[in-house]
Amino acid sequence: MRAARFNLLLLLGLVAAMLLSLIAGKVWVPLSAWNQGDPRWLIIMELRAPRTVLAAVVGAGLGLSGAAMQGYLRNPLADPGLFGVSAGAALGAVVSLFFGYTASWFLPAFALTGAAASMALLALLVGRSGSLIVFTLAGVILSSVAGSMTALAISLAPTPFATSQIVTWLMGALTDRSWDDVAIALPIIGVGALLLAMTARALDTLTLGTSAARSMGVDPLRLQLLIVIGVGLCVGASVAAAGIIGFVGLMVPHLVRPFVGHRPSAVLVPSAIGGGLLLVLADSLVRAAPTVSELRLGIAMSMLGGPFFLVLLLRMRRGLA
Amino acid sequence: MTLCAETLTLALGGATILDSVSATFVPGRVTAVLGPNGAGKSTLLACLAGLRNADSGSVRLGGVARAAVPRRELARRIGFLPQEADVHWDIDVATLVALGRFPHRGRWGDSEVDRAAVARAMSATDCARFAGRIVNTLSGGERARVLLARVLAGEPQWLLADEPLANLDPAHQLDGLDCLRSVARAGAGVVVVLHDLNHAARVADDLLLMRGGRVVAQGPPDAVLTPALIAETYGVATHIGTTPDGQRFIVPTHREP
Repeated sequence: MRAARFNLLLLLGLVAAMLLSLIAGKVWVPLSAWNQGDPRWLIIMELRAPRTVLAAVVGAGLGLSGAAMQGYLRNPLADPGLFGVSAGAALGAVVSLFFGYTASWFLPAFALTGAAASMALLALLVGRSGSLIVFTLAGVILSSVAGSMTALAISLAPTPFATSQIVTWLMGALTDRSWDDVAIALPIIGVGALLLAMTARALDTLTLGTSAARSMGVDPLRLQLLIVIGVGLCVGASVAAAGIIGFVGLMVPHLVRPFVGHRPSAVLVPSAIGGGLLLVLADSLVRAAPTVSELRLGIAMSMLGGPFFLVLLLRMRRGLA
Repeated sequence: MTLCAETLTLALGGATILDSVSATFVPGRVTAVLGPNGAGKSTLLACLAGLRNADSGSVRLGGVARAAVPRRELARRIGFLPQEADVHWDIDVATLVALGRFPHRGRWGDSEVDRAAVARAMSATDCARFAGRIVNTLSGGERARVLLARVLAGEPQWLLADEPLANLDPAHQLDGLDCLRSVARAGAGVVVVLHDLNHAARVADDLLLMRGGRVVAQGPPDAVLTPALIAETYGVATHIGTTPDGQRFIVPTHREP
């Protein structure tokens, strides 16, 4: 029941953060101006509302993927990026920028194709082994191959403009996203989240190791397929919408575990809500921060990630001493 | 309903692990599987539990081929206690034991039946006292009881345990043996891989002696735990005696050439 109360609290926090995100920015729009007669109404409805919803959806997808990956790999340092799908999606997006295909849906389509291709490659590499080590290694290989191809695209970019576009995009941001982006990301992340929700109880049994889980009736191949496709959809759509935003999937499960316990299935829902909350807050902050040009969200998250791991390390060291 | 292995043969990486192993296990009895390291004991158990498929031969459960029993149904009937005892997350004892209900639980959480089964398993293994503690902070003996309680919570018709007494002190070993016996007395069939011949003599109704992937002998302890068979299987000479209260003990004295 403690977990249910915590989830409700998180949800309320998310709603409050989303409201704040609608108000906050370079132009502050007080609640009194929220009517169609006010010129600032457009800022809210066409700029901030889609951006806020997208931040919540992308954050939820990343947080949930991180929790599922950590449960599946039984490693609290697993991250959805480990898996190669985000690098594949990024490569797809970079290819579209490289050739200058920047019409509204081109880039997400390319990114999703990249994500799907790396998902298929991952499934092919892992085959029917169901082995965690093979799975992790395949993800690392895919990430590094996609990463080097991305670097190649940057170095060969036809114009300095394309280079700067690619580099900027890779940093990850939610600037100037529209309802179109929401319409692409929301259903895909929704389906991915559903698939990951189906793994919840099987992830719990993995706490006791693979053979115990199998003896309790868990089908390792089905589980692996659900994880690959579920994480692939969530992360692929997130990267397509916002570029690479690291650390959400890694951090959020750690932050919620003290409140809901370590059972993998109990961590899934609060990680999704918490991921949304974290990203909405971070995005409001980078928007409202008094910088000349807007701080990129991806960079802001990475800057949070370093100190976070420092604290984690110090706490672990104290535990070991 | 018996559990049968019929001419199981399995080779891994060119080495024969199981060589035409046939054995029958009976409900309500404890069968101890004995043999030197590499005899194929754990592999046999994995085949019986459905974790491995033999190259040829079959496992039959009450006359039905195991391969024909649906995964979930098999998990309800056969409880498997693996040798690997790692618990990967900091979860408490009650949560861990409740995992054993996985093959039974419906889509929407646990029922009254599930909770009752978990409570019975915890009291049978005497875990209820520390139900709220984190498993990874328990002593080795407590931890072994909790892991056994997880299997019992599934109320399986068969309990297959792979060296459940490794790393336990003598008192906890005796507790563990008593627990296996009471599971069998309650009607389930118990198949347990053991290394200690004295433990086997104490707990088993039937013995299965293996060496090099083959069955050397099968039968009641008196017939199997003889100096000749032990020498043939383990390559050691033994002294077999009886304690004042009538328990048989087996002491390996030296290696036979």
